[in-house]
Amino acid sequence: MRAPITDLPLAFEDASLRARGVEIVSNLDLKIVSGAPTVLLGPNGSGKSTLLRLAMGLIRPTSGRVTWGGRAIPDERLAMVFQRPVMLRRSAAANVAYALERRDEQRVRALLDRVGLAALAQRPARRLSGGEQQRLALARALARDPEILFLDEPTASLDPAATKAVEDIVQAVAASGVKIVMATHDIGQARRLAGDVVFLARGRLIERAGAAQFFPSPATSEAAAFLRGDLVI
Amino acid sequence: MPDGASALQLVFGGDPALYAIVGLSLYVSVSAVALAALVALPWGAFLALTHFPGRTFIVVLINAFMGLPPVVVGLAVYLLLSRSGPLGSLGILFTPKAMILAQALLVMPIIAALTRQTIEDLWAEYREELTALRVTPARRVATLLWDARFSLTTTLLAGFGRAAAEVGTVMIVGGNIDGFTRTMTTAIALETSKGDLPLAMGLGLVLIVLIVGVNALAWGARRIGEVRAG
Repeated sequence: MRAPITDLPLAFEDASLRARGVEIVSNLDLKIVSGAPTVLLGPNGSGKSTLLRLAMGLIRPTSGRVTWGGRAIPDERLAMVFQRPVMLRRSAAANVAYALERRDEQRVRALLDRVGLAALAQRPARRLSGGEQQRLALARALARDPEILFLDEPTASLDPAATKAVEDIVQAVAASGVKIVMATHDIGQARRLAGDVVFLARGRLIERAGAAQFFPSPATSEAAAFLRGDLVI
Repeated sequence: MPDGASALQLVFGGDPALYAIVGLSLYVSVSAVALAALVALPWGAFLALTHFPGRTFIVVLINAFMGLPPVVVGLAVYLLLSRSGPLGSLGILFTPKAMILAQALLVMPIIAALTRQTIEDLWAEYREELTALRVTPARRVATLLWDARFSLTTTLLAGFGRAAAEVGTVMIVGGNIDGFTRTMTTAIALETSKGDLPLAMGLGLVLIVLIVGVNALAWGARRIGEVRAG
């Protein structure tokens, strides 16, 4: 039997992304391994979303490289939930079925159940609330049976109850062995979910540490300022 | 002066010749739009999703062809289908088939151009999500066409409006043969030139009612679909 292909570790090697003369991500060296959720923390515009898009293989670095399990091309078991996910113009169940390779009603039901949307299976996806849409996007991403799940500020525009629902799902997914890589600028959320933290500012990696170390005693002044609630420019 | 009463009498009087003309007009225009859509919807979507050398030229050309003069299309199809033309052996000149073909050619650029624009806009919204879901190119086209279905009904209606309202192509390739290739527009043109204004007015009225009716139907279908699909 062949060993299953893995996309971990996910490695950035001196990766930079430049668009229209502006460097969005600069000389990033980062290795993400399996385990507890990795949270990308930093102010808006720090390059978190771009980093996730590079990690998902949606864009290529203009210099340096990104590798998945040592390979230049990722396996298909990556999934991503965007800040504002696109709901296909069909029912919630059909949105999940769309992401499955084969028609499988049972699997659709199980996935909807997993995100607490079983009762809304036949509701048009675009008629769902923001929180429900985000959970549906999670179900759709999970339909791909991902090894790594990227989340780009999934709760940025949600109320606390909807945020909790999403976080609970994320924690359950992480506990099931899926590697979570999540971007957020919400310090509280990072505290609640992170196993380790990648702190970014101005497109640069400023600090990388385990959550237990990062939050009480950040090593850099920028991370300390951000955690204090100061604006990090 | 034609009086309105005789025009109305004609419309509601149940004249079988009139109904035949109305029926043929509908049949030709609806078939033409269906035929054109079969080619133009996927082609427009394909243009929206791909980049290749010469694409801009094709896009501009298709946009320009939205304004093709019907008589020129009619002439081209006439030459194509005439006895000595390349498709002369089909023997369909001066038949409804020729009219459908000519109108389809006339309508195709409209559907293709509007489809391309609609799908391109939708693609900007869907691109990352579908790429992240690793959707194959063929499935992207199908997904976008399906998700744009409500906007695309308007596109098809624009095509139908153009087909139903034009005279030039059907006159040239159909020949306005009584009881065989006479449509509402060619009949109106004929009756006006003959001086039978009540008949021309009656037909004009029916044509307008028909176009409004088709649009109302499509609008209703679109609303129901939107309510159900969100």
